[in-house]
Amino acid sequence: MAKTADLDVAYVAKLARINLTEAETQLFQKQLGSVLEYVEKLRGVDVSQVEASAHAVPMFDVFREDEPRDWFTAKEALSNAPRQANNLFIVTKVIE
Amino acid sequence: MSRRDLPAFNIADLQVLLRRREISPREVLETLQTRIEDIDGKIDAYLSRDFETALKEAEKVDVDLPLGGVPIAIKDIISVAGQPCTCASKILANYRAMYDATVIQKLRAAGAIPFGKTNMDEFAMGSSTENSGMKLTRNPWDVSRVPGGSSGGSAAAVAADEAFGALGTETGGSIRQPAAVSGVVGVKPTYGRISRFGVVAFASSLDQVGPVTKTVLDAALIMNAIAGHDPSESTSLNEPVPDYTAALGKDLRGVRLGLAKEYMIDGTDPQVKAAVDAAVKHLQSLGAEIVEVSLPHTEYAISVYYILATAEASANLARFDGVRYGHRAENPKDLLDHYGRTREEGFGAEVKRRIILGTYVLSSGYYDAYYLRAQKVRELIRQDFAKAFEKIDALVSPTSPVPAFKLGERTADPLQMYLADIFTSPANLAGICGISLPCGFAEIDGARLPIGLQLLGKALDEARIFQIAHAYEQSTDWHKARPSLTEIPQAA
Repeated sequence: MAKTADLDVAYVAKLARINLTEAETQLFQKQLGSVLEYVEKLRGVDVSQVEASAHAVPMFDVFREDEPRDWFTAKEALSNAPRQANNLFIVTKVIE
Repeated sequence: MSRRDLPAFNIADLQVLLRRREISPREVLETLQTRIEDIDGKIDAYLSRDFETALKEAEKVDVDLPLGGVPIAIKDIISVAGQPCTCASKILANYRAMYDATVIQKLRAAGAIPFGKTNMDEFAMGSSTENSGMKLTRNPWDVSRVPGGSSGGSAAAVAADEAFGALGTETGGSIRQPAAVSGVVGVKPTYGRISRFGVVAFASSLDQVGPVTKTVLDAALIMNAIAGHDPSESTSLNEPVPDYTAALGKDLRGVRLGLAKEYMIDGTDPQVKAAVDAAVKHLQSLGAEIVEVSLPHTEYAISVYYILATAEASANLARFDGVRYGHRAENPKDLLDHYGRTREEGFGAEVKRRIILGTYVLSSGYYDAYYLRAQKVRELIRQDFAKAFEKIDALVSPTSPVPAFKLGERTADPLQMYLADIFTSPANLAGICGISLPCGFAEIDGARLPIGLQLLGKALDEARIFQIAHAYEQSTDWHKARPSLTEIPQAA
């Protein structure tokens, strides 16, 4: 398992698209450092013969009938939009 | 009966009055509304209420339906059409649900009336409700203490007789732990037993909806209404739903109860230990047989839980990007600034911490060491329970190692807060069912604080843990105790 010192909170926050203040970065670095130190104990478990389980109850290929049904109207879908116009979401400019 | 006594009623007793037409659903709602207005200033269990809509529903409801005319409080992570669904987060402060979650549709079909949304830790991340981005909820037994969490608003509302029953959600103990420290009944159903369609996702391989009630019978009544398959939810189990009230009243002769040595930990409060030991003796006197079992991977559960839950949360909460709904930062200079500031302003500290931890354990170079390894240890924890359940019908333990702690006592150290889930999170990892019910009180600093007894059952064996819990409850008086705060003021 990786050394806990490897956690660079400032870098991971960028990956997660969350701006942090300097004070938050330092606090989280310390707090998450302790959490990662605590989870180090998993290193002591022999998992060589174990299959990973993503779910406690394995369920695969769950389908329902491919039939049309009523869903949201554009007006409903836009009802919580931070910005909208002409039945469309207004988004921050993506392409230069 | 006086209207003043009504809020203290449990659901089953309320239904007797409703079905005899001694009280109307409108009168029930009005009495509850008065009660909340009188008392919620001290507790702050609710984030929003809509009695206007609820009263309209009360006019046409059929009281002979399974929950006909019964008001149910709803944790603010479950969508109720037209109502706020904030998850106690600033990022959803102005969000209104566009549709009813499947559990709400099912409650309505059973005649129940959702009327208000309860406080919680933001996005269900926490064990004290102190991570709410909206307000603090107080424990009705001692208002200087937390009600537990994350479903702390639901537990406090039921404990303070501000709700006859409520829905909560669990990821690592968020129904059972607040129920325990608030002195009420809380159920974590089997993973997949109840649809999560319309419930805001935290950690999708762990999340489950469940009831918070005053009695085991009430929990069974709500389970009857909300359990079952939902074609809109791919993880919901397509298994028949039994009548959960059917096994209540059966005696405990031949029932095998397990005690796990790994659950006897040093951090357990001596008064909690004494109460649970006494409860075990009591269950024995009712005919249950005690069997020692071993769950050797218990000590890894918290580690596995906080890796898997944060990993899944980091993916689930990526949807809060300020584009289609929720808060958006003003005048972003570009797209990265839009995302970065929207999420900085919208999320509270614990949510940020968990997204960062979850992003880290999934990131390139660390995935195998953390996430994949945690998934494998999860499988070992699941196998521990599978082996134990070959010998026992249910496992007995404390729900929480400690009674309600003081507001602010654990907020500085997230790891200490995480350890509150030590007896509850293994059930979420294993996908099995569990219940917490009152089994005594701890006297701490002059306060009388409830203690919870936990029973864990096999997947889909809710009926069995209800049977055991009901037998215990009905032969003890713990569930009848009410916090002194709930004495209705003379003016009412």
